[in-house]
Amino acid sequence: MVGKMSVEELQLINENYEEKFGFNVEDKPLIKLDKGLNEETVKKISEIKNEPEWMRTARLSALKIFFKKPMPTWGGDMKSIDFDNVTYFLKSSAQSEDSWDKVPEEIKKTFEKLGIPEAERKFLAGSGAQFESESVYHMIHADLAKQGVIFCDMDTAMKEHPELVREYFGKIVPAGDNKFAALNTACWSGGSFIYVPKGVKVKTPLQAYFRINSKNMGQFERTLIIADEGSEVVYFEGCSSPTYSSDSLHAAVVELVAKPNARIRYVTIQNWSNNVYNLVTKRAFAYENATVEWIDMNAGSKLTMKYPSVYLKGEHAKADILSVAFASKGQHQDTGGKVIHLAPNTSSRIISKSISKNGGRSSYRGLVRVAKGAKNVKSTVKCDALMLDKDSRSDTYPTMQIDEKDATIAHEAKVGKIGEEQLFYLMSRGLSESEASAMIVLGFIAEFTKELPMEYAIELNKLIRLEMEGSVC
Amino acid sequence: MNTLTEQKKVLRIENLSASTNEKKILEGLSLEVKPGEIHALMGPNGSGKSTLSYVIAGHPKYKVETGRIFFGEKELLTLSPAERSKEGIFLAFQYPMEVAGLSLSQFLFASLKARNQNLSPVEYSKELKTALAKIGKDASFASRHLNVGFSGGEKKRAEILQLLMLKPQLAILDETDSGLDVDALQVVADAINSLRSPEFSALVITHYPKMLELLKPDVVHIIANGKIVLSGSPELIKKVENEGYGWLEK
Repeated sequence: MVGKMSVEELQLINENYEEKFGFNVEDKPLIKLDKGLNEETVKKISEIKNEPEWMRTARLSALKIFFKKPMPTWGGDMKSIDFDNVTYFLKSSAQSEDSWDKVPEEIKKTFEKLGIPEAERKFLAGSGAQFESESVYHMIHADLAKQGVIFCDMDTAMKEHPELVREYFGKIVPAGDNKFAALNTACWSGGSFIYVPKGVKVKTPLQAYFRINSKNMGQFERTLIIADEGSEVVYFEGCSSPTYSSDSLHAAVVELVAKPNARIRYVTIQNWSNNVYNLVTKRAFAYENATVEWIDMNAGSKLTMKYPSVYLKGEHAKADILSVAFASKGQHQDTGGKVIHLAPNTSSRIISKSISKNGGRSSYRGLVRVAKGAKNVKSTVKCDALMLDKDSRSDTYPTMQIDEKDATIAHEAKVGKIGEEQLFYLMSRGLSESEASAMIVLGFIAEFTKELPMEYAIELNKLIRLEMEGSVC
Repeated sequence: MNTLTEQKKVLRIENLSASTNEKKILEGLSLEVKPGEIHALMGPNGSGKSTLSYVIAGHPKYKVETGRIFFGEKELLTLSPAERSKEGIFLAFQYPMEVAGLSLSQFLFASLKARNQNLSPVEYSKELKTALAKIGKDASFASRHLNVGFSGGEKKRAEILQLLMLKPQLAILDETDSGLDVDALQVVADAINSLRSPEFSALVITHYPKMLELLKPDVVHIIANGKIVLSGSPELIKKVENEGYGWLEK
């Protein structure tokens, strides 16, 4: 058993991405806007959604910011992103359903193939599924709904809980934060909305799965989670897409608010196909004594740039960021985390684990900032990189801005290789070379897998097994 | 799994020459270890003791230039390290490797399965408990990550735990006794002695006579410059103890 599963279980699964995730279904859109982005595109999206004026205005001003901001010159190579060759809105289903039976057949088939309804039956308190631009399915257990927990897609939230959305939308990640946050604010569609009332503890996870199906698609979901005082919630998100020779774009924004004594755990297993640019802004505000945990796994995409962040705004607030990256051939995972200590007695931990193979590149990029007045701060940053061959690359770009002398900051970075000696040791006990490599890799990320429910750990381990095939050194 | 232990296998090394990084280390070494016997291998530093153990286990770093190694009917040199393990060969490493995130218990369970020694989880935990008791450790030891943060002595005990669980037919112990205190030495020796059977053999590489007093080997070999220069009774141990290896030069 490795993590929560055995190497034998790994061995049993021999599918590749193409079969398991890389399929597509026939594109039968109800509404598909022409490719390219201009004011008309944004106005149309707003019109289709029948939005109030404030949101339409927010979109249009964000679009101006997007056009004005230059492309980032750091991070990964984004030169080949062609914003004119992207579909910015594609609606495939009339509405978000609360029963899989009502979801259009082809779309339902997609999610069945991905095991979503099954996962939902097994271990979820609520589940959502987004296909292209909009949610096609959303469900929450009745007992949670009764306690006042809201879990729906963002479009529904705009209609049913406009006051909550308006209060927080763009307050954690403003449109002007970066070019892709502006793009998302202008074109956003779908995403999850969660509100957990005071003192309510949601013990079983809520989950949303995001699927891109067509070519040259742009997916811009917007997620907002508000955990009211003393509440708790665990949210999982997964994603995948068909493999096409031309690129797709995924630029999401996620905003979290953890009020005093609240606790949010946000888990991502990103598994886009290798033609997707994944440029995501994730940020949380944590108030007094609140805890925010980002558990962020990036295995797919062509380029991912994502640095989940926590602003520690109240005393004794805590941030815990675990970032795991798996970079294979043709992939660049530029990931990490950011913590901004704005209040005294706050603490944070960032752990980054990256694996590079077959010429893949992973970079850790992180920031720890301790603002003036934030006394007695504790922060630990630990970056471990594992390289499986000579062609792969790993870099770390840590930044520290410490404005209080009494802060306790620890930083540790290690780069390792799967050594011949280590492999031989395991093989001398009867394990094949690929079993031995998989055990070393799974051991390397055990800190991550132990945080996952069994079903996710199995999925993840299948993924690693898949990645390890034919890559033994 | 008992198909493994039912047949008796002889280890036969014929005229073995091996090198690493263009440097010749073994030069025409021949050796035979019969089932049921414990053989000691002694020799000065750099004489090729560890190289021999690695070559038997199949370390890719060593290039075999001439010679053959048989274990029973099987010729080992064409087999991968994993296949050699499945043939019943076990090497207790002088410097066991660390693997973070992988517990000793998980590793053992996976190894047993890979070697087709299928145990139910209940049988497994029972056997593990017994083996742990033999090395003077409890269950918490097996839940620690493989060799990570282990003291020198704990690493050696972990090797012996693996030996006890995997039940090989041939155990090669590469200086398992080095760095052990008297109590730990006794634990290791007791464990090996408990495996003594007509089917089991061991090749014990050591610098120290103490270990051999406890193990009472049947045959002692002296290795120098990459070959066996002398084989004989345990009397040889005393000679080495009293005179070192200087007399080999004459």
